[in-house]
Amino acid sequence: MGSDLIGVWIAAFLTLGIMSFLYKDNPWYKFSEAIFVGLSAGYWFASLFWQSLHAKFWANWSPAVQSLFQGQFDYNLLYTGAGILGLMMLLRLIPPIGWISRWPLSVVVGGTAGLYLINYLVSNAVRQIGSTIQPVVTFPESIGWINSGGVIIGNVLVFAVLIVSLGFILFGRNTTIDLPTPTKLFFFLIALVACALGTFYSLSMPLNLTGLIIFMGVFCGLIYFFFSKEHTGFFGGAATVGTWFLMVTFGASFGYTVMSRMSLLIGRIDFLLVEWLKVVN
Amino acid sequence: MRREIPLIITATVGIAYIIQYFIPHTPFDKVEALFSDWLSIIAACAIWLGALNLLKLSFINVSKRKKDWFFSLVIIMSWLTMAMVGISEGPGFQEPGTKFDWLYNNVYTPLSATMFAMLAFYVASASYRAFRARNFQATLLLVAAFLVLSGRVLFDEIVFGFLPADWKILSTISDFIMQVLNTAGQRAILIGIALGTVSTSLRIILGIERSYLGSD
Repeated sequence: MGSDLIGVWIAAFLTLGIMSFLYKDNPWYKFSEAIFVGLSAGYWFASLFWQSLHAKFWANWSPAVQSLFQGQFDYNLLYTGAGILGLMMLLRLIPPIGWISRWPLSVVVGGTAGLYLINYLVSNAVRQIGSTIQPVVTFPESIGWINSGGVIIGNVLVFAVLIVSLGFILFGRNTTIDLPTPTKLFFFLIALVACALGTFYSLSMPLNLTGLIIFMGVFCGLIYFFFSKEHTGFFGGAATVGTWFLMVTFGASFGYTVMSRMSLLIGRIDFLLVEWLKVVN
Repeated sequence: MRREIPLIITATVGIAYIIQYFIPHTPFDKVEALFSDWLSIIAACAIWLGALNLLKLSFINVSKRKKDWFFSLVIIMSWLTMAMVGISEGPGFQEPGTKFDWLYNNVYTPLSATMFAMLAFYVASASYRAFRARNFQATLLLVAAFLVLSGRVLFDEIVFGFLPADWKILSTISDFIMQVLNTAGQRAILIGIALGTVSTSLRIILGIERSYLGSD
């Protein structure tokens, strides 16, 4: 039996062991889980030994020490500090002197705080705001004023349908016309189709409807996250619209997560049927 | 001593990183490069700490014959096997054909993939509870997830197969949700996270936030 065949049988045994948890917690699952836990820890132990400690510490520090013995100072001798801090981190394993690990921990926390303060501010705040605030109408030079007017009227109509539909949903509950949920859903679907058509239309047209919707979504979403003022009146309405955008976002993310997990499951079943049992070509 | 020195270290390293962004020239760029390597080495030791702690606790479980001690023994054996094989292989331990690579492909990857694949069943169960159209927001979640899912699989061909081939209705709606509505929501979340991160980082660097130092 070749090592590949042994590998396939081991993989099948462990795969079925993990899947057996669907029935109930059992020794086969616990055995497979224990192997997974141990292997994961061992994997990271070995990987970091070569990729971080050897490649970044030993490769820099060792030649610097050799240079020092030859009477030359090498700036890489500063890696001694990292080595000492790394050892101090491991002292957490000895409870009486475990507090020493706060020193290396503070280097990691301080470095991460300094790095994230700048990176998040530049990438996730400033650039995202810059991408959100864009011109709404951008006519190319070649388009005539009559065509421009038609395009604007067409887009305004689509946008009006969107606003009216959203208005019905948003303010319907505060008026004497209390719309039932299916009706609200109907108006929302009309709004969704209007948005889709408008976006498709504006993709080749000068009105940046897409940008406008994104701006509205970001604006209302941020209002929802603003808790220093009570969510009532216009502020509350905008916050409600913000929750709709957030719900769509969560729904889309959830859809992708389901797909990725299903894809993994199909991969495992494919392995069992094709590579192990060979019942499917 | 136990709290003051870590606070000084935190502020020094944090401010060094901030200065490096505004003055990206020698010596600050070299300091930043050095600190980045330091962080990488210390982070590696922190992960080693976790791995060694697992080994320590497993040894205690086995030596005291605690409940399920046999599985702790399995953890120790598999831990030592993977670590020893990886370290003995040398810097090229991940290259194809090595023993470490064999263990990775035939034991670690199947276990890892199956463990995450199992989440498909729990996601299905969670989605049943989350996606019940109890109110308008839950309905939005349901409709968005359904449209994104159907736009990414073969639903267009199955449901709208009678339409011309280039009419991808579900794909277009799915793209619209992903590129417009989802982008707007993601940006609002990202900007919120960024502002929160900036304020928390400032609190840490200025020594106002000290919870990471523990209580004693």
